[in-house]
Amino acid sequence: MSLFELRDVSHFYRGVTRAALAGVTLDVERGSLLALLGPNGSGKSTLLRVMLGELEASSGSVMYAGRPSNERSRREVASEIAFVPQAESMAFPMTVRKLVEMGRYPHTGILGRMGSTDREAVDLAMERAGVADLGGRSMGNLSGGERQRVRIARALAQQPKILVLDEPTAALDLHFAMETFELMSELTEEGSFTVVVATHNLNLAARYATQLILLCSGRIEASGLPSEVITAENIQRVYRWPVVVTSPADLGPRKGAPQVTPLSPGPDHKGS
Amino acid sequence: MTRHVILLLGLLLSFLGVLTLGLALGAVPIPIWEVLSALTGSSDPQVETIVLGLRLPRVLLAAEVGAGLAVAGAVFQALLRNPLAEPYILGVSSGAAVGAVLAIILGMTVNSMFALPVAAFLGAVLAIILVLAMARAAGRGLDTHVLLLAGVVIGAFFNALVLLLVTFADLETFRAAMLWIMGSFSGATWESVTMVAVWVLPALTVLTAFARPLNLLSVGEQSAFHLGVDVRQLKIFLYVGTSFLVGVCVAGSGAIGFVGLVVPHALRLVGGSDHRWLLPACAMTGGGFLVFADTVARTVLTPAELPVGVVTALLGVPVFLWLLVRSEESL
Repeated sequence: MSLFELRDVSHFYRGVTRAALAGVTLDVERGSLLALLGPNGSGKSTLLRVMLGELEASSGSVMYAGRPSNERSRREVASEIAFVPQAESMAFPMTVRKLVEMGRYPHTGILGRMGSTDREAVDLAMERAGVADLGGRSMGNLSGGERQRVRIARALAQQPKILVLDEPTAALDLHFAMETFELMSELTEEGSFTVVVATHNLNLAARYATQLILLCSGRIEASGLPSEVITAENIQRVYRWPVVVTSPADLGPRKGAPQVTPLSPGPDHKGS
Repeated sequence: MTRHVILLLGLLLSFLGVLTLGLALGAVPIPIWEVLSALTGSSDPQVETIVLGLRLPRVLLAAEVGAGLAVAGAVFQALLRNPLAEPYILGVSSGAAVGAVLAIILGMTVNSMFALPVAAFLGAVLAIILVLAMARAAGRGLDTHVLLLAGVVIGAFFNALVLLLVTFADLETFRAAMLWIMGSFSGATWESVTMVAVWVLPALTVLTAFARPLNLLSVGEQSAFHLGVDVRQLKIFLYVGTSFLVGVCVAGSGAIGFVGLVVPHALRLVGGSDHRWLLPACAMTGGGFLVFADTVARTVLTPAELPVGVVTALLGVPVFLWLLVRSEESL
């Protein structure tokens, strides 16, 4: 049984005639690292939100572990699925540790008393996300990249089985972008943990993901293994820019992963 | 956590101190020890009448209303993720005043324990629905500026409605109705103290029980949703709960502004924004703050008396402006 099963899912935002998602069918298998690719506005975030029950699909069916996800309580879902948003607008200053502790909400009682297991989960999550030494700092004084890693730590503190990230590396430099993808790949290696990530980073997705989905205007343009999806023809069509795709042999254990290099605009692309 | 417990104990002691001061000060100043002996029932009858009969209900009503308004302010700020949100600025208090005045004019005050708070609550709910609808129609979601503008406009509209309503009323009702707009504790009686207490105390307890989901909500609705909060249900519950709190407070004393702005803000500076500490702290400090403001209102120009809303506005507007300038800077 697939973890997520989406069948012919469409979504329209209120007052917009163009479909944000149009007839999307996909299965997410347990243990996979699924990357959603596609240009700005192609429906990546909408797909994530529909998949996680945050938005209701206008038509089609969305199942999580064999049941419609809105049949479960929010707490029950949150103890299995953690989400890292693109950005958060916090109203009040808060320390890093307090924010990560929020990840324990689905696991603690009404009073929210933190037991030793909770504190251990928070410590471990901060360690893994590389923010162990930021605990006492205020979120407002951190860089965009540090904030992003704190949100990843909070998601890990939920001790989920599935981690979903929306553009996690957009604000990160090369070092932390690599660390984030290494972490996602490490988590899925044991085979029971699943990661779904929406990203603009084609090359890192091609290197680390086990399954890719390429979206354009709310439709799935291509899906499958990196070598099947990341082809010059697919990327050029969807992103409207000339590219070459190569398979460098020196990417360590990931050798052979297709890598995209954009070219200078050809005569056909000037001004488009 | 222990730091917060110590802070709360400190706030409780200062709260009791301000209550005692409120009983001692007035047109006839009474020494503290005589106030205390009056409270234990061993004082001369004249002092006892002033302390227990006149000042105690007034001080208690101010404490209840202050607690309610401060907590309502803190909850609105978390709900809207906006430190400038406040029942009065959002027009909710004015909406509640319309409800209360309408109830009085229609002669529903006979059973005032129930009718007046409910009418004020309905007015408050109507106001918050209008403000949110206006802010949403402007197309920018819960943008700070649009929200404040909508609140001010709706507030002005409801204040005009109150004035329109009282024009048709007799002079006695007119005077009473003016108190709803300005806010005053001069009409405090044991009946009004009881009316506010039976609704405000349970409402405060219930809202405080939602401190943790409020913490999550103040980080962002999407994040709260994925951390396990049923955001839609919680928001409806909190809007209804705070509107009710504001309705009861306005039914007891009229529309008093800025308590819900100044108190939560000062407390966040002292002890941070965790609602598990912030809400009980707001209840005590808000109570103390309004008792203090009311004591100033009735002593500073003796024998004349200022409306308490004037005092809170004089203290609150600078804080509001400072917060507004700071929120501009952080954009």
